[in-house]
This record gives sequence, structure tokens and C-alpha cells, in this order.
Amino acid sequence: MMDDFWWITTGLKVLFVLIVLLQVTPIMVWVERRGSALIQNRLGPNRVGPLGLIQSLADALKFIFKEDRVPGHAYKFYYFLAPLISLIPAFMTFAVVPFASSIMIDGREVVFQAAEMNVGLLYIFAIASLGVYGIIMAGWASNNKYALFGSLRSTAQMISYELSMGLSIVGILMVFSSVELGEIARGQGEILFQLGPFAIQKWGVFIQPVGFFIFLTSVFAETNRLPFDLPEGESEIVAGYHLEYGSMKMALFFMAEYVNMFTGAAVVSTLFFGGWQMLPGMPLILDSLGFTGMTHEWTRVLFEHLSFGMKVAFFMWLFVWVRWTLPRFRYDQLMDIGWKFMLPLSLVNIFVTGMMIYWGVL
Amino acid sequence: MSQIQPVFFYFFAGVAIAFSLLVIFKKNPVSSAFSLVMVFFAFAGIYALLQAHLVATLQILVYTGAIMVLFVFVLMLLNIKNTPIDWKGTSLIRIGTTVGVSAMLAVFFIVSFKKANFVPASGLFSPERVDEMGGNTQVLAELMFSEYILPFELTSVLLLGAIVGTVAIAMRKNKRGES
Repeated sequence: MMDDFWWITTGLKVLFVLIVLLQVTPIMVWVERRGSALIQNRLGPNRVGPLGLIQSLADALKFIFKEDRVPGHAYKFYYFLAPLISLIPAFMTFAVVPFASSIMIDGREVVFQAAEMNVGLLYIFAIASLGVYGIIMAGWASNNKYALFGSLRSTAQMISYELSMGLSIVGILMVFSSVELGEIARGQGEILFQLGPFAIQKWGVFIQPVGFFIFLTSVFAETNRLPFDLPEGESEIVAGYHLEYGSMKMALFFMAEYVNMFTGAAVVSTLFFGGWQMLPGMPLILDSLGFTGMTHEWTRVLFEHLSFGMKVAFFMWLFVWVRWTLPRFRYDQLMDIGWKFMLPLSLVNIFVTGMMIYWGVL
Repeated sequence: MSQIQPVFFYFFAGVAIAFSLLVIFKKNPVSSAFSLVMVFFAFAGIYALLQAHLVATLQILVYTGAIMVLFVFVLMLLNIKNTPIDWKGTSLIRIGTTVGVSAMLAVFFIVSFKKANFVPASGLFSPERVDEMGGNTQVLAELMFSEYILPFELTSVLLLGAIVGTVAIAMRKNKRGES
């Protein structure tokens, strides 16, 4: 099982995922700044490079060369550790997300997924729940009232929304009877019903609209994005948990946020929008190209990558879109939504899904 | 396949022991809590080496991801000051007895484990069999929702009872505070 072939393919897959994840932050910083400018009728960064594309690189350089000062009242060891603790889980979660189906090389099946584990989704939840330690540690180690407030807020928020997040996907797991993301993505290729020439695929969003709504909202809360960015809350607690951080350490928190967003977007597309299942119309284009053999197979994989990329890109844009459109919640409103609305709703969703499966509707 | 790789086992076991000691010896309660997180992590690593991926994941999800977060939360709120260990009240005889008894126990365990020709009985669910049946998660889920449905449901009722009880006690204290 673990021969040279396995090592090479797995190594390549891991390398691919790492490279993509590392590119997310600079690109998203640019998209966020240009996007916010677009929404607020401003120009945004447009001086460095064409359309300001090199701006992120300039920012990174600035972060690296800035003085790396450590506040005297901080707990030094944990102060250094905190950015790393928030960054590492962010990079680990993407391992189980499939980004295309499989291809036969040398008579062996290669799955486009860094790690095929039968705990699948549970792994994502387990590792994602560790991200909160980075924030707690940062807030506590900074030894600053505002920072501590920020980390306390984030702890309460993340634990509250983790519950409804976990419960919201139970419906999907029941329908596809698997926690393995690859299997769920494959299951969504089935045809739900035929509408004339259009075949509606069994995408999660069609069979679990309520689950999708709850999951998406929880992802916003878990990644600390507006309207759920209470842990930062500039107008109330200055900048929350990363108040005392500067230079590259601050940038690491930034990276963790964007990588988490990316994983969140990828999981939403995999669970509810068919993952690597090709977008409508793409199979037709693939057929009309008229390739055969391996060329056809590789083109298919490329198309699947493209479809997955486009779905994820849409959700990344949604994050930016929502951030610059909605104001922040008040803290009691946030808790009320989490416990009194989302949690009961997800429980009802599980019950209804169970009944529908029992009656054979799904 | 099911053989645990010794290098990884010693690594995780070493990490677990080292951080367990840190839990006790760290003067700052929050650092102790963070060390305990590392201990749970090492345990998860050992479970994963034993092919019990689901147990490993649940260990991280439940213990490190939820319970320890609450622990740290409470410790941070209580803001306990660093408390140096007070050695004044302890006599040398007491320390000597403790160390001696611990050493003897350790020797006893090592000898008895070495003497015993212990061959682990292979139960119904060997790793190969579990793989055949569709992997850890599948097998456990099926058992839990068929054969063991009653204990499983009773446990959830027990937990619900505990939650209601906690809320009731908290509410009563609140009322007393108001009056």
C-alpha cells in the first residue's frame, strides 16, 4: 500500500494543497480591498502594479520588515506561540476536502484528496475546533483587558455556533449515509429530477436548504467574519485578541482567518453544491471537445478542478460581500440567534429529514 | 498493519508523559491547562496509531475542542494568581515514604508486566474486519443505532437531565441573590 507510487502521489497532492492555501491570503487581501472599494464607491489600491495586484506583495514586505516588538507585560512564550497555534489548524483542515474525482494512472486509482479518512467531516470539525486556542492564548498572553475580552467573546461565540454547525450537517450525513467528503461529493452527482433537457443534480442545497442556511451562518461565526466579528469589534474593544500584535505575527492571524475562510467555502461547496461535480453545461463542452483516452480523462479532471474552484471562489466573494454590506451584531443578539434560533431550527431540520427518509421521499 | 510503529508510539507516549508532568509542575494554572491539551493530543495520536481513527478524532473534538476550552475559559475568568508550592508543612519522612512507595509500585508493575506472557485476545472486531465492514465510523454508527440503541438513548436522557438540573440550580441561586 505505502510504496513509491503512494508516496509520490500523496506528496504531490499535499504540495498542491499547501501551495493553493498559501496563495489564498495575498489574493483575498486584494479582493477584499478592491471589493470593499467597489461596494463603498471608492477606488481601493490601484497604484502598485496593474489594478493594484502587487499591493499584497508590498504589504507582505512591509509586515516582514516592520519592527517586531513584544510588549513588556506579555507572557512571552505563549505570546509567540499563539499566532502559530491559530495558523496550524487552519492549514490542517483542508486535508480531507476532495478537489476533483479520481483518475486511473498506471492501472491504479488516484483520488484528488490529500487524505482519505473514513472519519472525514469529523476530522474537519475536530481540527477546526482547535483554532480557538490560538485566539484564547493570544488574548490571555497579551495580558491586556481588551485582548482578554476579545478572546472570551470568541470562545463563547465559537462554542455556541459549533453546536448548530455540527447539527446542521447531520441531515446531509443522513441522506448520503457517510461522513466521508469524497463519498458525499460523489453522491451529489445523482440526478434528482429531470426538467426537460435540464437534469437537476442531487446537490445538498436542494435537499437540505435549511441545513445549508444554518451551516453557512455558522461558518461566518466560526471564521469570525462580519457580522460575527465580535472578537475584534474595533469600535468596542479596539481590535480584540490581536490588539498587542504587530508585524508578521499580526499577519499570521490574518492568514489563519483567510485560510479558514477558504476551507469553510470549500466545505460549503462540497456539502451543498456538489463539490467537484461539474457546473451545468460543462459536461456538454467536455463531450464536444471530442477527446479520447487519457486526454479526455485529464480534461475531465481539469474541468472538475475548475468547477470546484469557481464554487469556492463564489463563496469567498460572498464572505467579502457580506462583510461590507451588513453591520455587526450586538453581543446578546448574537447569542440569541445561536441558541434560541439556529439550534432549535437545526434540531427540527434533523427530525424532518429523518421523517422524509423514513417515508422514502429522500 | 495493526502493529503499532514503535517510533511513533514512543514519541507520543513521551510527549504525553512529559506534558502530564508539566500539568502538575507548572505554577501558572492556565499553562497547566494548555499542557493538558497537549496530553490529550498525544493520546489522540496513540489512538490513531491503533487504527482507531474515530476515537482519536472524537478525543480531539470532545476533550481538546470543547471541554478544555471551557476549562481554560473558567481559569482565565477566575484569574488565579501563581501559587508557589508550600514545602514548609512537609516533613522529610513523608517525602521519603511517598518516593519510596512510588518506586516500589513502579518496580512491581514493570516486573509483573514483563513476567506475564500476555497475548491480547483478538476480539470480534479486528482492524482487518472493521476495514472490510466499511471502516471505523460506519461500524460504530451501525452498532450504536441498532444493538446499543437503548443505552445510547438513555445516556442522552441522562445528559439532558444533568443540563436541566444545572440550569435549575443556577436559577435558584440567582433568585436568592435578588431577594
